[in-house]
Amino acid sequence: MHELYVSGDSGIHQLDARVKVIFTVAFVVFLNLTPSRAWPAYILFLTAIVSVALIARLGAGLLLRRALIALPFALAAVPLIFTGPAPRVPLHMPGGLTIATSPEGLVRCASIVAKSWISVEAAVVLAATTRVPDLLVALQRLRVPKLLVAVVGLMVRYLFVIVDEVNGMLRARASRSATLTGSRHPGGSVFWRARVTGGMAGSLFLRSLERSDRVYAAMVSRGYNGELPDRQPAALPRKDLALLALGLALLALLWMLGLLTGG
Amino acid sequence: MLRSPGFTPHPMHIPDGFLSVLVSIAFWVVAAVLVGIALRKTNQVLGERQVPLMGVLAAAIFAGQMLNFSVTGGTSGHLLGAALATILLGPWPAVLVMTSVVSVQALLFQDGGILALGANLFNMAIVGVFVAYAVRTLLIGVLRKRSWGVFASGFLASWTSIFVASLACALQLALSGTSPANVAVPAMAGIHALIGVGEGLITVGALALVYAARKDLLTVGEAQPAGNTGVLIGGIALSLLLVLGSPLASSHPDGLEWVAEQKGFLEAARGVLYNIIPDYVMPGISDPRLATIVAGILGATVVFGLAYGIARAERRSAAQTGARG
Amino acid sequence: MSVAQGEKVALVGANGAGKSTLIGHLNGVLRGSGTVRIDGLEMDKANLGRIRALVGVVFQDPDDQLFSPTVFEDVAFGPTYQGHDKPTIRRKAHQALEAVHMGDYAGRNPYHLSSGEKKRIAIATVLSMDPRILVLDEPTAGLDPRSRRELIELLLELPQTMVIATHDLALVERLTSRTVVLGGGEVAAEGSTPAILEDEDLLARHGLR
Repeated sequence: MHELYVSGDSGIHQLDARVKVIFTVAFVVFLNLTPSRAWPAYILFLTAIVSVALIARLGAGLLLRRALIALPFALAAVPLIFTGPAPRVPLHMPGGLTIATSPEGLVRCASIVAKSWISVEAAVVLAATTRVPDLLVALQRLRVPKLLVAVVGLMVRYLFVIVDEVNGMLRARASRSATLTGSRHPGGSVFWRARVTGGMAGSLFLRSLERSDRVYAAMVSRGYNGELPDRQPAALPRKDLALLALGLALLALLWMLGLLTGG
Repeated sequence: MLRSPGFTPHPMHIPDGFLSVLVSIAFWVVAAVLVGIALRKTNQVLGERQVPLMGVLAAAIFAGQMLNFSVTGGTSGHLLGAALATILLGPWPAVLVMTSVVSVQALLFQDGGILALGANLFNMAIVGVFVAYAVRTLLIGVLRKRSWGVFASGFLASWTSIFVASLACALQLALSGTSPANVAVPAMAGIHALIGVGEGLITVGALALVYAARKDLLTVGEAQPAGNTGVLIGGIALSLLLVLGSPLASSHPDGLEWVAEQKGFLEAARGVLYNIIPDYVMPGISDPRLATIVAGILGATVVFGLAYGIARAERRSAAQTGARG
Repeated sequence: MSVAQGEKVALVGANGAGKSTLIGHLNGVLRGSGTVRIDGLEMDKANLGRIRALVGVVFQDPDDQLFSPTVFEDVAFGPTYQGHDKPTIRRKAHQALEAVHMGDYAGRNPYHLSSGEKKRIAIATVLSMDPRILVLDEPTAGLDPRSRRELIELLLELPQTMVIATHDLALVERLTSRTVVLGGGEVAAEGSTPAILEDEDLLARHGLR
């Protein structure tokens, strides 16, 4: 497992992380405020985010692969095809079966999936071009409570360490999970397997609890007393500010186009 | 390579696109208020230990979601962890831990949307924790004499927290007009009734290990700390509201007003726009097919133009370094 | 036991002999009965801040010590808490990184470093606080022979007073002039390093041979 960050020196990478966070949130909000059936607007929203990805030199493979993550959830919108508003069109299935489908529902379902896919792309571009420490500083400057930012920062630091521990546990389990051919109960019962997994979770918890004590000791030894340093809310460079304003204006424009063309 | 650890995306992480903006913002507000309370409450109890303890344990829950066991035919049970965190840490720290987990999943791994994060926090970090706490507290009161009380209450707390959180998720989808309530509620509830069993079994296994190694962490039957009465009441109220409200919503799938409200807003905005820009000024926009084709050509041109420009610039700089070297 | 200024003292003993506990007391992470004096300062709540600036503890697992998302932030953590201004923090952090020969690593994520590199950075995180005394818990544990050799050379370069808890008798021989043997939570023997290392019986009794 790796961070999603793809190192680079493009203008997008160097942009103040606050600009990227605000733009991404605005992007997702405007896109989701666009009515269904606004295909021209969707295409242009996608164009905008693909352009940013191009400027940041992100590979198409990355964008496509990551976007798959929202796909399983598309199932949630599929029922709209059958329950959407009238008029219903009968769909003749092989075997004489007829299902009433709603073309309007189909359009809505496709719109939801399209918007979801484009939203994920925007989130991918943010995560791929912003280093985690920069993202955390930006969040704190955008008024996310500093305690929460500190907790998340520490969490991200130990994420990979503990993920390695879990991978070690899973490998150790797999290396002992041999099945005898002809055994009537290969792998034991489901309950037994669940309990073993739970035991792993429990020992992970205890080990992490002990680790947190050691981390605490290391922090305290270097003067930590629970007070977190304030981040100066450094002003945005005028260039970044102008770029952000331009980006937001573009998003608003695309949204209006969506209103005019959507249904 | 670039996967979120618990790759099987948990069917409870709502991506962007599936919730209306109005529903998203409403749950963002609720989540922000409760997370704020959780920050203050844990800080009172943990003080300077808060950051390392919450940070490391959030990482542990995140990583713990990778733990799974095979059930049958390629399906597997795994852990969300809200109930386990609640039982081992208490409700407010658990809210904070789950908030960190769900936020990092959304921000760094796109597991769950950014606009939908408020709703996801509400389901997993608040409903999941509050319901687990309420169920466990009530059951521990009843079962305090029994040695298996810890485990039975742990199982039921986990199962219920998953089940009720999934109802919240289904209702958010229904409120957004994404999935009709009479489909979303039974589907989500049905899937999560099963997923909840896996969650419960893993939680019991984890509690058994902790019970054997560090019994002191499981203060069975101890009087519920005073500061948590609100969580207890909140957990009971959320459970009742969602469990009783869901069948009602499913039987009146069209009775959810919020969808209409966002629609009304959009209609009003569109009306204003049409007043400003009469449609004959922009020919083509009035014909959606033509507009789509124009947008497609425009988009492709921009992207290809940009790609071409970058490729040329790169070739030129490569040629320059080549000439120099 | 006591440690004089500029001295490098080894703290040896079997697992569970009390090395880590003693280390915990040296900068007040642990508190108990008895007294600890650092530079004439009694260990109490009022002196805690000053003592922690004087005593830099390098913990056994560098992953516990490196808790920031970048190497630079981690090395700057101590100076930040000491309340220095930004340029001073930057200077101290870079000096500390240079002192452990890791000047190029400032922007890196600690997770992606090797054990030897992590160990050096962990030492830099306390050097940036200008400590007079360095306390190291098992500094060579888990290092390959070359990283281990390089680390010992680095420790020889550093001028600070050192207390080193370890099982690594070759390190003790190379680095320290005096050795304290701990057993069952008490000082079992104390003397010049060569004398202690020659006492095979003593070492065997404390699980060191």
